Amino acid sequence: MNILVCISSVPDTTSKINFTENNTKFDKNGIQFVINPYDEFGLTKAIMLKEKLQANVSVITVGDASVEPVMRKALAIGADKAVRINMQPMDSFSTANEIASYVKQNKYDIIIAGKESSDYNSGAVPGIISEILDIPFVNACNGLNIEGEEINLSREIDGGIEKIQTKIPLIIGGQKGLVEESELKIPNMRGIMTARTKPLEVIEATTTNHLTESIEFEKPSVKGECKMIDENNISELVNELQNVTKVI
Amino acid sequence: MSITVYTENWEGKFRKSTFEAVCYAKKIADISNKEVKAISIGEIDENELKKLSNFGANTIVSYPKIKKNNEKGVATIIKNESENSNLIIFSNTFNAKSIAPRVSVKLNAGLITNVISEINDLENISVKRQSFSSKAIESIRLKSNCGVITISPNAFNVTENVVSFNIEVKANELDSNISITGKDVNKGKISLSEAEVVVSAGRGLKGPENWNMIEELADCLGAATACSKPVSDIGWRPHSEHVGQTGKAIAPNLYIAIGISGAIQHLAGVNSSKIMVAINTDPEAPFFKAADYGIVGDAFNVVPKLIDELKKINNN
Ligand SMILES: Cc1cc2nc3c(=O)[nH]c(=O)nc-3n(C[C@H](O)[C@H](O)[C@H](O)COP(=O)(O)OP(=O)(O)OC[C@H]3O[C@@H](n4cnc5c(N)ncnc54)[C@H](O)[C@@H]3O)c2cc1C
Repeated sequence: MNILVCISSVPDTTSKINFTENNTKFDKNGIQFVINPYDEFGLTKAIMLKEKLQANVSVITVGDASVEPVMRKALAIGADKAVRINMQPMDSFSTANEIASYVKQNKYDIIIAGKESSDYNSGAVPGIISEILDIPFVNACNGLNIEGEEINLSREIDGGIEKIQTKIPLIIGGQKGLVEESELKIPNMRGIMTARTKPLEVIEATTTNHLTESIEFEKPSVKGECKMIDENNISELVNELQNVTKVI
Repeated sequence: MSITVYTENWEGKFRKSTFEAVCYAKKIADISNKEVKAISIGEIDENELKKLSNFGANTIVSYPKIKKNNEKGVATIIKNESENSNLIIFSNTFNAKSIAPRVSVKLNAGLITNVISEINDLENISVKRQSFSSKAIESIRLKSNCGVITISPNAFNVTENVVSFNIEVKANELDSNISITGKDVNKGKISLSEAEVVVSAGRGLKGPENWNMIEELADCLGAATACSKPVSDIGWRPHSEHVGQTGKAIAPNLYIAIGISGAIQHLAGVNSSKIMVAINTDPEAPFFKAADYGIVGDAFNVVPKLIDELKKINNN
């Protein structure tokens, strides 16, 4: 079985978000990049499947050379091979299109992406890949079990969970539940050493076609002062919410 | 020409997010002299379908024999129904997010998700969207002729706009590439992403047995319940309640945070709330820097008092 995990390199969650060049570009200065948290659940799941089913696990990303440390980390966690498509991602469509082109030439049974990336939050890449490749897509996936030919999954729906059965090849948009937080793997010394010798293939992008264009960024307006209310005067809070801000 | 809108239903009932999407489509239709065409998928009765016309849908096409969880099939239907349309509107639900990317590929249309601003010019579409887990707002322009847009919940008003309408029912059936083997839905619970009021609690509550008062407070307010990440990690509450950068991003009118410190990752997912209230024993808790109202106090003391106060006004 061949598994492909799509990895997005994102700013560490504690990062202060700033922009440069007249607010048109994300300011990478001083930012620590990490594996997108949703992708990390998927990567860990893939490594578990590798151990259980002797699967091969590749990781893929679309980005410039600056994302390579994040790919090395994925190798250190246990992936066998990394692929970087050398292109500055322009939008979800161009990113997904590149990954789909790669999959067309290299057979994969299960493609695992995150349900969204924590930077641009588009949540569109796995869905677009599924349509290009015409394969089943399970979004917000929080459970994946393989027993022989049978693939059983679960996914979050509004207010609940749905159980699904389908066939390979398929793609999921993963999240917590695929594995638990406590099961996430931290690379050990041996992993880091062997990662250095594992292949990290660089492929040139096939197109530059994109359908949307980012113009600029702004930060949400800063909130006013917090109004402190005495704990013995709860009726004041209720009055404020009911009659001043009118939210209840 | 028309603006297409996917009008999702839950067991035959529309929700606020559906009407938000119809109203959003109607605004664009009005400025560009177009009609609104609504696509409904799954069993639904005519009285419910009619409601779409109260918000501006002129043509309502219903496919009762197709199931909404057949997202590949739904995408095909929407594509076929959009021959005369160059803009397709979705809300931001799980179901919509599984369909919209497929539609965008079929129509070679740019996809813009989490949209929080209206479209003022159909010929040159640019909108604002939430990004960086609500730490930033991105302005983005469509380069393709056709566009697919998903709108953020609670970002737009639902206003009545009664129009004349016609309903077409189509009996098409379509195979699905996934089969649904089970379903587990919390009946009667308010959907967290759509809720106007959310009561949320963190590790300050000490243990899962103390959530009774949180649920009671939520009941008084008609609110959904949420929690911080560690609370769902230790299993005090289900994962589906986890809000923040790595959980759900929400934007209710009122967010009440009880015993939550206000870490940057937590705030990222809730900062778009219109009003935030923090209740915390620690006057230095970072949440007070982000909140609109703060109470320094013990949740076990403050929450029951708040419930009493709300019961008083509910009784009047
Ligand atoms: C990669 C990453 C992603 C993350 N993503 C998220 C995310 O999406 N969502 C999220 O929530 N967190 C996230 N976190 C975790 C985040 O950093 C915080 O650790 C977490 O939000 C803290 O949860 P808490 O406020 O419930 O607990 P704590 O930080 O332990 O705070 C408990 C608070 O309760 C107060 N308190 C204690 N007793 C009482 C009482 N009796 N009455 C009132 N107040 C009381 C305390 O003063 C304290 O402020 C993430 C962390 C990382 C590293």
